[in-house]
Amino acid sequence: MDLAPGHGGNGSSLPVERRLTGRPASPGLAAGPVFVDGPEIPAAAAPIGGDAEALRRAIGAAAAELAALAAGLGGEEADILGFQIAMLEDGALSEGAFDAISAGMPADHAWRSALDAEILDYEASEDPTFRARGADFADMRDRVLAHLAGTAGRRNVPAGSIYVAEDIAPSLFLSVDWSGGGIALAAGSPFSHVAMLARSRGVPMVTGLGRIDAAAAAIVDGAAGEVTLDPGAGSLAALAEGLAASRRAKAGEDALIRRPALLQDGTRIEVLLNVGRPEDLEGLDPGVCDGIGLVRTEFLFRPGHPLPGEDEQLAAYSRIAAWAEGRPVTIRTVDVGGDKPVEGLTAEGETNPFLGLRGLRLSLSRPEAFRVQLRALARAGAEHDIRVMLPMVTVPAEFDQAAALLDEEVAALARLGLPRRRPPLGIMVEVPAAALGAARFGADFYSIGSNDLTQYTMAAARDSAAVAGLNDTGDPAVLELMARTVAAGRTRHVPVSICGDAAADTGLLPQLLGIGLRCLSVAPMAVGRVKAAIAGLAHV
Amino acid sequence: MADTDDALKGTAELINAVGLHARPSVKFTQLAKSFLSTIEFSLQADGPWIDAKSPAKVMRARVPKGAVLHLAARGPDAEEALAAMQALIAARFGEE
Repeated sequence: MDLAPGHGGNGSSLPVERRLTGRPASPGLAAGPVFVDGPEIPAAAAPIGGDAEALRRAIGAAAAELAALAAGLGGEEADILGFQIAMLEDGALSEGAFDAISAGMPADHAWRSALDAEILDYEASEDPTFRARGADFADMRDRVLAHLAGTAGRRNVPAGSIYVAEDIAPSLFLSVDWSGGGIALAAGSPFSHVAMLARSRGVPMVTGLGRIDAAAAAIVDGAAGEVTLDPGAGSLAALAEGLAASRRAKAGEDALIRRPALLQDGTRIEVLLNVGRPEDLEGLDPGVCDGIGLVRTEFLFRPGHPLPGEDEQLAAYSRIAAWAEGRPVTIRTVDVGGDKPVEGLTAEGETNPFLGLRGLRLSLSRPEAFRVQLRALARAGAEHDIRVMLPMVTVPAEFDQAAALLDEEVAALARLGLPRRRPPLGIMVEVPAAALGAARFGADFYSIGSNDLTQYTMAAARDSAAVAGLNDTGDPAVLELMARTVAAGRTRHVPVSICGDAAADTGLLPQLLGIGLRCLSVAPMAVGRVKAAIAGLAHV
Repeated sequence: MADTDDALKGTAELINAVGLHARPSVKFTQLAKSFLSTIEFSLQADGPWIDAKSPAKVMRARVPKGAVLHLAARGPDAEEALAAMQALIAARFGEE
């Protein structure tokens, strides 16, 4: 523990402002008096009725206390405490401690050793989600120790405090009134249960700050991962401005987010979502969007795992489509390749993976795996408005091949009498050749993948800082290729949308609307911002 | 249960997002406890077998997402138990 004890800052001279950088765990701004929480090492009390009996009582009391705390909560929060309760009630967790007591160890020492071993084991795990469970066991350890020592009781963290500690236990988090407050942790993890709770409750939090020295007051900037100790007048003024701006922006977005997006002249702009995995939609109201413009299916194709079966894919697509409540859902066939290898699917040893066997090229080279995905999509289409989008298409022959495979699989499903629908089939426009030749494709729709289109047009890699200046979607050359695609859509009377990062770049919005785009597909986080930007434009 | 020869066996693939983590492990053990039969699981067909009624042991098994669980049930309601455990896993532990 690397925390100096807090004091009221009653020195004669004003403390100097210090800025610490950690890891963003929950976005938002908060400021207030610092509440420093040190580790409580309860003094061993002489147990009544023997150590084993004392430990049994302490575990029972801790579980009862958690149950009382959980009673006032619901959903995820109750589940997190339920996990601790289930663990405390499981004899397998305390077995080692009772064995040690039988061998003559005092109750508190025995319990601490048993739990510390368990925690170390979790913290050594490679999976960050398992690793983060160590904090839950530390929470259980300390609660039982407090009961053993007779010092149990809630720590009283005043509302509006900036809580400063090494880490924070989920059960403590759930017992504090955080309105206006924030959390600054010397250690901790953005993957912890507490970080998840803080995000869902909107409590700003920064982890991994290292040493936090004594301070009277602090500002937590959760999004930036910054904590300012004893902020000076300048920082406080900037904070007030930041808070006011985010309140204004939030109010504006909240007023707009469930309404259709309109320019001031009444032009309707469709706003769709980009989804990377089903969890992205958790807690999201489908009323905020006009549908889903891009479902990336790579979450089903995991490195080191067997390829997903038809039923598993069908279940995943249906679940995502059901969320949309009848709105159109565009699902992209698997888009992996050289730089994103998947065992049993991708080619190896390419010298230039970005120009190699990826996207549709790879799917066509592995038709047996591709057919499974097309069948699952056609089956999901029986119940939902599913559209299928092909990634990294270059020439019309590739599209025709994919369409033929889709038709064959739909016919096979018909022979089996399974519910299916031949979904509309469109292309992602990411390759300059596809943009220039867009009108020659038999596609049912076009979706501009601006990230790859930019990198291939400008010959500047997306992940190279050295050429970042050239990787500009707003460059006239890239805009012209997009305009060609929009024109092809008009000529052929099929829809055109854009689903790359540029769709959410509000600085580019006038140019995108200017070339005729009327449909943007963006990350769920960006919907409010994009709708507010649309409402701020008079006309195209 | 070192000897599972006379147990009813089945497999189930973990298709939920996170494997047998906190919430799924609680649901998994609660359901297992609702049956009289002994229920055990393993990451291999031939064991070692782990008590499906102990949340601490289930969590210690560190079952990752995508893993295939082998299940073994022995007792008066073994058949229902096995079917129910498989259904819970297939339904992603009721995660939305």
